[in-house]
Amino acid sequence: MRAPDPGSFVGQPAANPAALAVQAQSVSLTFETSDGEVQALSNVNLEVAQGDFVSFIGPSGCGKTTLMRVIADLERPTSGTIFVNGVTPEKARLGRHYGYVFQAPALYPWRTVERNVALPLEIMGLDAGERKKRVERYMSLVNLSGFERKYPWQLSGGMQQRASIARALSFEPAMLLMDEPFGALDEIVRDHLNEQLLRLWDQTKKTVVFVTHSIPEAVFLSSKIVVMSPRPGRIIDVIDTNFPRERTLEIRETPEFLKIAQRVRSGLRSGHSYDE
Amino acid sequence: MTSSAFATARPAQIRLHPAIQRSAPVLVVVAALIVIWYVGAILMNMSLVRDSFERDDNTHYTTAELISGTLSAERPLLPAPHQIIATFADDVFGWPVTSPRSLVYHSWVTLSATFVGFLLGGSFGIFLAVLIVHARTLEKSLLPWIICSQMVPILAVAPIIIVVLGSIGLRGLLPKALISAYLCFFPVTIGVVKGLSSPDPIQLDLMRTWSATRWQLFWKLRWPSAVPFLFTSLKVSITISLIGAIVAELPTGAQAGIGARLLAGSYYGQTVQIWAALVAASILAIGLIGIVDLIQRWVGQMMGARV
Repeated sequence: MRAPDPGSFVGQPAANPAALAVQAQSVSLTFETSDGEVQALSNVNLEVAQGDFVSFIGPSGCGKTTLMRVIADLERPTSGTIFVNGVTPEKARLGRHYGYVFQAPALYPWRTVERNVALPLEIMGLDAGERKKRVERYMSLVNLSGFERKYPWQLSGGMQQRASIARALSFEPAMLLMDEPFGALDEIVRDHLNEQLLRLWDQTKKTVVFVTHSIPEAVFLSSKIVVMSPRPGRIIDVIDTNFPRERTLEIRETPEFLKIAQRVRSGLRSGHSYDE
Repeated sequence: MTSSAFATARPAQIRLHPAIQRSAPVLVVVAALIVIWYVGAILMNMSLVRDSFERDDNTHYTTAELISGTLSAERPLLPAPHQIIATFADDVFGWPVTSPRSLVYHSWVTLSATFVGFLLGGSFGIFLAVLIVHARTLEKSLLPWIICSQMVPILAVAPIIIVVLGSIGLRGLLPKALISAYLCFFPVTIGVVKGLSSPDPIQLDLMRTWSATRWQLFWKLRWPSAVPFLFTSLKVSITISLIGAIVAELPTGAQAGIGARLLAGSYYGQTVQIWAALVAASILAIGLIGIVDLIQRWVGQMMGARV
């Protein structure tokens, strides 16, 4: 039906390497609900360069997840234009430009971890030998080697989420979309995974779009922080950070870090997001 | 801690074998039921036996004679358990399995119709469920008919089906299997529709991000998600299909099958024979559910279910 030749895209960088990873121009989105219309996104303008680590931060209801779903072609904007890697979100999705990691690991309980990681590869029609190689490579990248034959319920929450990251990376998309991937985990595991994620970003040079409502997490991880505010969902500040690509949790004590965190906090406050 | 220290800590405790501990409640209930059954048999058959004594001008019977009469009557209202067991054993083991007097023979006749009916009904039920899940408009147009089909009393419809099929030359196993299928597809449809719609929105979204085809979405997500629901439905469905096969034997004047045994028993007032046939039917039902349960465990193991 619409399964393009695997060789034509898997492992390839984005269709147009010169294009911006995300380019949104006055994107608005209105949901029709039973109690009337809800404006989830209002006049969003955003540019994300290839290789950026960009975080969307804001309170719940600010449209950060919706914006990411628009990038992933899981929602269509009501108005405005958006390009992902230089093409429409639909083309980007069909070309498998991105891997999506949800808040819940959403592993299939009837598949072993390795077969979960291999699932997108099966769907994309890669042969068994290549699948095996990819599974090995990405399971070891997320430090899950040795757990291939386990079923998801035999793994801890953090390990399950790492498996879901390996699954998103397995088909080597140019972009990683992560929707509060560590939101359900405790802080110790979360810090650990944040460090691992940074290393992974540094190694793979992928563009990462990350949704969070934690200020320290956003400041620690990102090269670009997008502060959003609810009702209607809009962008109120975009902050570029200049931390080295290789950084450790210690930078959270530096004045520079605290300054950026302060700016994010005041941005969130100016959006009246704490009023309710 | 050593075992002797453990033993001195609670010396008075009498330790029963775990198997006994587990089965004790079941045994108590069974014993109680048997006692109630015997009392019931004595009370219900009392007047019957008294009448027969009086017919024989035997007015000087003792209570012991009366009671033993109630428990050994040839055509009791309620046969005693030992009578049913004796008749059942004789019907099962007393005749070659090909003899029309053997309960094994009759069970096999009903069982074969049950199997065919269950296969037909089960696959039709799954087929309907797949249709409904893939075209939600079908749910609105099909579901009322499906529900209607289950409201019609099967005892009224069965003779019609048998006559209509008989007129086009279909006799024997197939009409019975069709009636059995007609009864048993419904739980499968309902269960599988639920199962096929059970994946989380996140899992559906994931499939979409990978641009999976409808076919892949079905085989890699919807169908495996539906499997536990399917087995729950199949357990209900297989007993219904046994009932369907038995019911289908009643109006046809079938010569063989558990239904035919029940019918013959009630024609000739052979209550013990009816009960023996009922015992056979329940053993079949337990066996059938046991088979589905075994397959479910095996499939569950294949699919990494928690043990």
